[in-house]
Amino acid sequence: MNRMLNDDLQLLNGNHAVAWGVRLAGPDVAPVYPITPQTPILEKLIAFQAEGKFDCDLITPESEHSAMAAAVAASATGARVFTATSSQGLMLMHELLHYASGARMPIVMFNVNRTPAAPWGFWPDQTDSLSQRDTGWVQLYSEHPQESLDTVVQAFRIAEASELPVMVNHDAFYVSHAVEPVSVPEAKAVRDFLPRRERSLWLDTGLGRSIGAPAGQEAWHASRREMDAAMARVEGLTREAGRLWGEATGRAYDVLEAYRMEGAQQAFVTMGSMAGTAREAVDRLREAGIAAGMVRLRLFRPLPAAALRAALADIPVALVLDRNFSPGMGGIVHQELAAALYGHGGPRLHGFLAGVGGINVPVERLEALAREYRDAAPTHAPIWLE
Amino acid sequence: MDISRYEDHGQFCSGHAACGGCVEALTMRVILNEIGPDAVGVVAPSCTAVILGGYPTSSARIPFIHGLIETAAAMGTGVKRGLAAQGKGDTTVVCFAGDGGTYDIGIQALSSAAERNEDILYVCFDNEGYMNTGGQKSSSTPHGAATGSTPLGKATVKKNLIEIMVAHRIPYIATASPSHLADLAAKVRKARAIRGMKVLIVVIPCLPGWGVADDSAVRVARLAVESGVFPLMEVENGTTWRIASEQTRPIDAYLASQKRYRHLSDGEREALQAEVDAGFARLKALEAINPG
Repeated sequence: MNRMLNDDLQLLNGNHAVAWGVRLAGPDVAPVYPITPQTPILEKLIAFQAEGKFDCDLITPESEHSAMAAAVAASATGARVFTATSSQGLMLMHELLHYASGARMPIVMFNVNRTPAAPWGFWPDQTDSLSQRDTGWVQLYSEHPQESLDTVVQAFRIAEASELPVMVNHDAFYVSHAVEPVSVPEAKAVRDFLPRRERSLWLDTGLGRSIGAPAGQEAWHASRREMDAAMARVEGLTREAGRLWGEATGRAYDVLEAYRMEGAQQAFVTMGSMAGTAREAVDRLREAGIAAGMVRLRLFRPLPAAALRAALADIPVALVLDRNFSPGMGGIVHQELAAALYGHGGPRLHGFLAGVGGINVPVERLEALAREYRDAAPTHAPIWLE
Repeated sequence: MDISRYEDHGQFCSGHAACGGCVEALTMRVILNEIGPDAVGVVAPSCTAVILGGYPTSSARIPFIHGLIETAAAMGTGVKRGLAAQGKGDTTVVCFAGDGGTYDIGIQALSSAAERNEDILYVCFDNEGYMNTGGQKSSSTPHGAATGSTPLGKATVKKNLIEIMVAHRIPYIATASPSHLADLAAKVRKARAIRGMKVLIVVIPCLPGWGVADDSAVRVARLAVESGVFPLMEVENGTTWRIASEQTRPIDAYLASQKRYRHLSDGEREALQAEVDAGFARLKALEAINPG
């Protein structure tokens, strides 16, 4: 194992990889409230600060609500701001998530996807962040610790270029606490990748300009048109950030990942750590002569609809694996994909509630699913995987 | 303060959106002039936010962030830390909130900021109820006062925010009144020079909410001070108490000046007088044992 580790490789869990990314990105202010399983991010940042390696003002408020309020206000002064949370904490922030995007604050937040209560649970499930879908935050989903480090740095670039807040997510425990060799880039490479930008609006003495003041209907309407225009730029900015990161580190990223999609007759579509299982299932299916592939959605908001349509254009069957649950409708990625494909043809869709509550979805289960649904008529209702 | 000789620094503009005769505008003017131009403000949804005005206008010369109702202290924290991180740590950060945003929904964030001793000046414009939404009770509404949600009079006493803040041992807590503007200005001046958390509670008789005549809000505020209902006081570091006003008259004239108390019986008025007397005596006792 140690033979794999060269100078820039460290054994890090997903959360510590995030903390490394944040340390390198160099935020000015970070208000953070502890919550399982996010806490190791906060603890690692505090440890970096104690070592004198992380020059950032860490604020420890009494709640996630106040953490996000302080994040918004610090960002409003022009400071670079980071925070992190999970599940209940993210949901407590809800009204401020709308405020942050409406006020166009380029905050970067890391969310560790965890089941929402009740009942209480601490298991990987993306319902927490997916139910913040309409708050105006850019949402990215990471599959593994290396990607979490890389993505949190890219998130600052995307946020500051679009003046929209960005939320990066990874799954509780499967990613947050899984230890893998992670390449930690050099500080200079990250500094060059993340130049400081002049903000278009900030609070400062002598300017006399206010933020968030009550607006008439026309001005409020205009604020959403401007957000829409900014969101429309995010897909390109995400691609650019992924490409430039590739030039700097050798690890390029796109808004989605197409895995063995050449000549595929069916494709899994998923987000987050489920992709690891799906990738293994694809390999086994290919070995058995079944042309399977996988599309992993990395950018969820804005939804890269055209890229999804292109990736699935010639695929007869798509099996959507949702580790989340919208009661009364089913899996959220399934709904989103159906909406993106509507009127454009595309594959027959099947939506699976796969691993909701964190239950294990074995590779064999996905292999069997692929065989079972090769020729099935499209299903509209969500299908629970045991 | 002789208002005819008041030296206005132009930090609060005419054309603001306060009700005619509202003394909150008057106190905002004194506070903003005293704070001066090197300041950034946070305002919670409240009458104050309305008075500051809607986009693209502002009645304040300094910039404000219009936060959410429970976030004034948390946003004050964020503004201060954000400015300090960029080398602007000397800029004054002032938070404006109503009693709803302070005693009720914002007290969690306020307590947290106080516990961290954030370097902010937090001003609560205390009109003893949700007056901006048409006059409902808050936990600052006094015992017996009628509001839209307590039409028969509030059954419980006003929350004692001063002692809650004293328990946090913050550097400075003070009360002020639009009837004593020189005192208000002096307290803002003093608070500005102190590093750490400062809380200033200003009584604001609300013309429609309290049922006060348009020309008499200053008079009602003076009656509140002189009857001991709203004493003028300061507490430094939780240990140095100063009660600057005296209880010089019964509460009858104060109660009679407003419609929110007119349903009270003679017995209820006497009971309120006893409550006010006991409260004032308690303050004097605390002053005596906490001389600093």
